[in-house]
Amino acid sequence: MMASVIAMEHIQKSFAGRMVLDDVNCSVEECEIFGLLGPSGAGKTTIINILIGQLKANGGAASLFGIGCGNLTEEVHAKIGMVLDESGLYSRLNCYDNLAVFADIFRVPKTRIKEVLARVKLEDAIKKPVSKLSRGMSQRLVLARAILHSPKLLFLDEPTSGLDPSTMLEIHNLLLECRKNGTTIFLTTHNMDEAAKLCDNVALLNEGVIVEYGEPDALCRKHNTAKTVKLLLKSGQYIELPCDGTAAKPIADYLAGNMVESIHSSEPDLETVFIKLAGRGLE
Amino acid sequence: MNRIVAVMKKQLKDTLKNMMTLVPFLLFPVIALIFTELVAKPSPDLPDTFFVSIFASMYTGYVPLVNMAAIISEEREKKSLRMLIMSNVKPFEYLIGVGGYVLLLCAAAGVVFGLIGAHSGTDLLRFVLVMVVGALASILLGSAVGVSSKNQGAAHALAMPFAIVAGFVPMIAMFNDTFARIANVLYTQQISIMVSDISASNAAFCRFAVIGANMLIFLMVFIFAYRKADLQD
Repeated sequence: MMASVIAMEHIQKSFAGRMVLDDVNCSVEECEIFGLLGPSGAGKTTIINILIGQLKANGGAASLFGIGCGNLTEEVHAKIGMVLDESGLYSRLNCYDNLAVFADIFRVPKTRIKEVLARVKLEDAIKKPVSKLSRGMSQRLVLARAILHSPKLLFLDEPTSGLDPSTMLEIHNLLLECRKNGTTIFLTTHNMDEAAKLCDNVALLNEGVIVEYGEPDALCRKHNTAKTVKLLLKSGQYIELPCDGTAAKPIADYLAGNMVESIHSSEPDLETVFIKLAGRGLE
Repeated sequence: MNRIVAVMKKQLKDTLKNMMTLVPFLLFPVIALIFTELVAKPSPDLPDTFFVSIFASMYTGYVPLVNMAAIISEEREKKSLRMLIMSNVKPFEYLIGVGGYVLLLCAAAGVVFGLIGAHSGTDLLRFVLVMVVGALASILLGSAVGVSSKNQGAAHALAMPFAIVAGFVPMIAMFNDTFARIANVLYTQQISIMVSDISASNAAFCRFAVIGANMLIFLMVFIFAYRKADLQD
């Protein structure tokens, strides 16, 4: 049985009497990409801050690698990489020097710096000051810093927020590569496509409460109440049929007549599931 | 130890690219050199070390204090301090790294001031030692300002009155005896008296006792500020 890298049981957190997290439970297994989805203000960053030991929960227990989040040791911190809400980069230093600070701290050989800069496609910007980098390049540098010491666990707080699609794709590929190399990833996002594409499991967080939890595909199937199939005919006409035995003959007839352009199922996407459960969107 | 060295190396690279921090480190010795060569040396009424002692004590009170406050508050504001602490750098390691770096620069400046004042051998060593002790007191006060300020603007506003008092009071005291008597409780006044005649024993114990008392107060202020502040925030 695989050990849980992250475990949260009945986590509660309130600020100034206002409950921001209420009975949050979840666990993340080794090599899993876990996505915490929710709109701004849902409590995603608060959960990350509790997990990395920056905030204390008012109730419940959270642990990383079996160690309580209130007492994280140096060994545990050394296993963690982070992309948080603010970059924390040194704007006057260049890309190389920014990573050199953390290479010294983690006693990582300097050759590793060039290696990770190449992995995030910043090898040409190695001597460029951070103040001169675009937002996408800065975000890639932050990611390079997070993976510099080959962490076992990555916390990513909205890692692709505000990035262009090609940079986003590069980051997704990098995250998948990290997972393949044995890294567990805890990611918060309000981008449902990103979550559906990357995550093995997601939790939908609304106003501090996890309203749904599971594999993205399974969640979409679970909330498929329409149970229909849609046929787009070559004529441009849409035909909606019930997803049962009665649809078999008409579908076979359309296919036999070479009239079908495409067939679609009616599962909702994650955002639709979220809206259904929370009564509001993810943005 | 590697984490303290990492912070010091980072600070050295950053200072070389940060005019706001670099200029004060260089400005005072350069002005002292110019005034010594162009004003003090040609003047029969002024001792050759007149401007060296003025600017050395001014430097000791002003530069480490303002720079410590600026460095720490900038790191807090830009959240780079949070990243360091989340990467296993303990707050005290960070403060020793930055403080040690500023102290080293002050020691180097002390050597430059000493050479401008034509000191050598034991006198030069004593001159540098006196400046380093004074800089240490300013570093404590600057650290207190830095940890209690969430951004550079707040740190600047808070540090400046302290830096002006610490840096400029010894100079004003030269022109007013009453003011000089009151200023005796201030560490930079004691630095000013000691560096103005570094060869004399100059009641060194009493003077270091005043500096020590100042440092103790600054240390308490720092501990209070440090306990109140959340450096990870």
